[in-house]
Amino acid sequence: MSFINNIKKIFRQNIREYGMFIALFLIMIVFTIATDGIFISSRNISNLLNQTGYIAVLAVGMTLVIIIGEIDLSVGFLAGFLGAVAAIAMVSWKLPVIVVIPLVMGFGAIAGVFTALPVAKMGVPSFVASLAGWLIYRGALQMVTLKTGTIVIPNDSFNAIGNGFIPDIPGLDFLPGAHKLTLLLGLVAIALFIFNEIRSRGKKKEYKFDILPVDMFVFQIVFVSLLIFGITWILAGYNGLSWTVVIMLIVTAVYHFLSSETVLGRYIYAVGGNPEAAELSGINVERIILVVFGSMGMLSALSGILFASRLQSATTTAGQLFELDAIAAAYVGGVSAGGGVGKVTGSIIGALVMTSLTSGMNLMGIDISSQYIVRGAVLAVAVIFDVATRRRGK
Amino acid sequence: MNKTLLEMKNITKKFPGVVALDDVNFQVTEGEIHCLVGENGAGKSTLMKVLSGVHPHGNYEGEIIIEGEVQKFFNINDSKKIGIAIIYQELALVPEMTVYENIFLGHEVTNGIKIDWNETIKRSKKVLKKVRLQVNPADKIKELGVGKQQLVEIAKALSMEVKLLLLDEPTSALSEDDSENLLNLLRALKKQGVTCVLISHKLSEIIKIADTVTVLRDGETVGTLSAEKNEITENKLIKLMVGREINDIYPKRNVKKTKDVVFEVKDWNVYDPKRGKQILTDISLNVKKGEIVGFAGLMGSGRTELALSLFGNPDRSRVSGDMYIDGEKINFSHPENAIKKGVAYVSEDRKGNGLILIQDVKQNITLANLKEIAKRGVVDNNAEIKTAKEYTTSLAIKTPSIEQKVLYLSGGNQQKVSLAKWLFVKPDILILDEPTRGIDVGAKYEIHSIMNDLVEQGMSIIMISSELPEILGMSDRIYVLSDGKISGELSIEEADQEKIMHLATN
Repeated sequence: MSFINNIKKIFRQNIREYGMFIALFLIMIVFTIATDGIFISSRNISNLLNQTGYIAVLAVGMTLVIIIGEIDLSVGFLAGFLGAVAAIAMVSWKLPVIVVIPLVMGFGAIAGVFTALPVAKMGVPSFVASLAGWLIYRGALQMVTLKTGTIVIPNDSFNAIGNGFIPDIPGLDFLPGAHKLTLLLGLVAIALFIFNEIRSRGKKKEYKFDILPVDMFVFQIVFVSLLIFGITWILAGYNGLSWTVVIMLIVTAVYHFLSSETVLGRYIYAVGGNPEAAELSGINVERIILVVFGSMGMLSALSGILFASRLQSATTTAGQLFELDAIAAAYVGGVSAGGGVGKVTGSIIGALVMTSLTSGMNLMGIDISSQYIVRGAVLAVAVIFDVATRRRGK
Repeated sequence: MNKTLLEMKNITKKFPGVVALDDVNFQVTEGEIHCLVGENGAGKSTLMKVLSGVHPHGNYEGEIIIEGEVQKFFNINDSKKIGIAIIYQELALVPEMTVYENIFLGHEVTNGIKIDWNETIKRSKKVLKKVRLQVNPADKIKELGVGKQQLVEIAKALSMEVKLLLLDEPTSALSEDDSENLLNLLRALKKQGVTCVLISHKLSEIIKIADTVTVLRDGETVGTLSAEKNEITENKLIKLMVGREINDIYPKRNVKKTKDVVFEVKDWNVYDPKRGKQILTDISLNVKKGEIVGFAGLMGSGRTELALSLFGNPDRSRVSGDMYIDGEKINFSHPENAIKKGVAYVSEDRKGNGLILIQDVKQNITLANLKEIAKRGVVDNNAEIKTAKEYTTSLAIKTPSIEQKVLYLSGGNQQKVSLAKWLFVKPDILILDEPTRGIDVGAKYEIHSIMNDLVEQGMSIIMISSELPEILGMSDRIYVLSDGKISGELSIEEADQEKIMHLATN
């Protein structure tokens, strides 16, 4: 019975972290039942993930911004504006895609640093500084798109970012209808995961630290492996991994690693937890603020690229309300408004929860006004749950 | 006159996993000054929270009887109505509001609809007179010093019908002068018939003022001493509090005196542009290897500002002057540089800017020297756990695990975490700002012992303290600061309390 008790104990200790996963899982089950399985179909899941892309990327950056106790409202229109800049760079300046993407992301980083300068150097509230950015980029977006209206992007490789899928391995004829490269990548991911877990367990043993009992350890590995396999299996059933999902996975992996394993990540959490203490501990708080906003700007650019690519054009209203969707995703994902608490992976789950709601309700034919109300209620419940479990977490 | 005002009978309060109060009895006679003492974690605060209704009726066992009547408090307002006023360590004033607005905050004087400001000011003046505070009621709270703010808090309590005034460590943030002033006020209030319960860590203060002392230890009442019977002595109090005798809370150390100056400051001037004020003038000082140099002075004499200006100047004041480490001239533009050169600063305000309360013990310990346990910017989690375990063991930090948030540790253990964090930096010069403020006798002794170990290993310590016995008990040499200037330097042989106070107030 100790196995079940162990599961219960770990579950209870990590209720906050698992809470979001469980909520996502429940939402998926409910919609799957309500739509006679259409929701869980490969095609819908693939679409859902592609729709999440440009918000998820923003939510990742926003997580760090909220962790250091700030906010950035300018990201939506910055994304829209930089998407338009990317379109102009390709259409008018005739620059190749391979140059445009890093160039626009560079612009984004600079824009982010500019928003942060008065915040870091003079203590201007970021709400105000970024509200100014919101107005400025909105104006800038209209200025560059007003003459021509929507700028259509004729570049196929650029448009593949938001619409295309990774190629399959040619010449394999087993499992017809399944995307073989996607399955292969899934298996590689599982192998890497298992290898990593076993290595870290060995190291902990070397240091004589507490480790999970063997049965729990195996259970954890099997559970996560099945989860990864399930997702890849679904995706393999419809064109395989899309480039958007690939980008989303890379951004998540990089930022998760950065925030949880590196010195920079620790400094970010420290600045959020107590800026005065961080400063006295030798952390350059100004620099951390600039770095976090710079990364936010860069991810805004990436979000703008994803969105423009998905629409195959830059429009006058691109980016509208993205910032609020990103902020909502971060809060649903367990980031604390007080600063210093939150996880990048949580925000991704938060973004998935929000798009799942939209997607599921669309499939059920629920009208848009009710959808807003439901999403608002979910946001409220998520934050209340978070605050309640935090208080209990003594 | 010997009527019992308050009786708390058989109070038991349990938290998950801990019995915070175990069958505690607490009795206060009308018109007395009653001190409640005990180590951190002994249950003083919990008892006060039960009394004030923060822990509502039904959440604890036992009875609260006031003037013979059993009371059931469900929230703070219930106890307020009966006439119980609590003044907490952390002041609950609104800095941007005026003195009179603060005094009547929550029970404004109105004429039906509108606040009657004239009457408010009139009544404020009356109650300010009662606490003997000479300020303009229209001054903003933020313009007053901590000592005066404390008096405003008391005035606020007195502006209501108060039967019982509870003060939770009111003097812990005050200078000797302000503390003395406050104690005199309590005596005066006593004459006017106000009953006081005072929670304090300062034994000398308790001995001076208490009529009765109740000692708590591990959630139990272990003794009640009365001044009438001459029972209140330092030895007795310490013995009851810690359950063992500590003859000397300032342990001896064996350090060979050297003449090697490791740290020297010349003609140090600091100007704060935000306050538009010269903070420090022409400070020159030196610290030798293996020495503890005490910095005495009143609140506001510039001790903390001096320490911060030497530690990379995080306040961004205008600083001029020369600083030398091992004879080499240096210049810090950020605490980061100071740390690299082997200087560490343990803050006086561990909750405010010393620790990150929402992070756990291990993260706090490694924060100032993360690069030590990181490879190419990636933190080695296992090395971190190892480091944290080393320091929690060597400093005897009491915590359920190194993953516990420091928020939930007692004051003494928080202070040890703060110390551990700076020892992990492996400094040559350690600046300790009020190293034992607000912590109990046992933990004080431990921290003093650690300090001795450190100087025996060759570290040099600059210790800022408002407690004269600590300055006299721990220092090899003493600088006294007064109004931003060094008003005197004393060797430990020639120093005594009067000389220091004389220099500090001149």
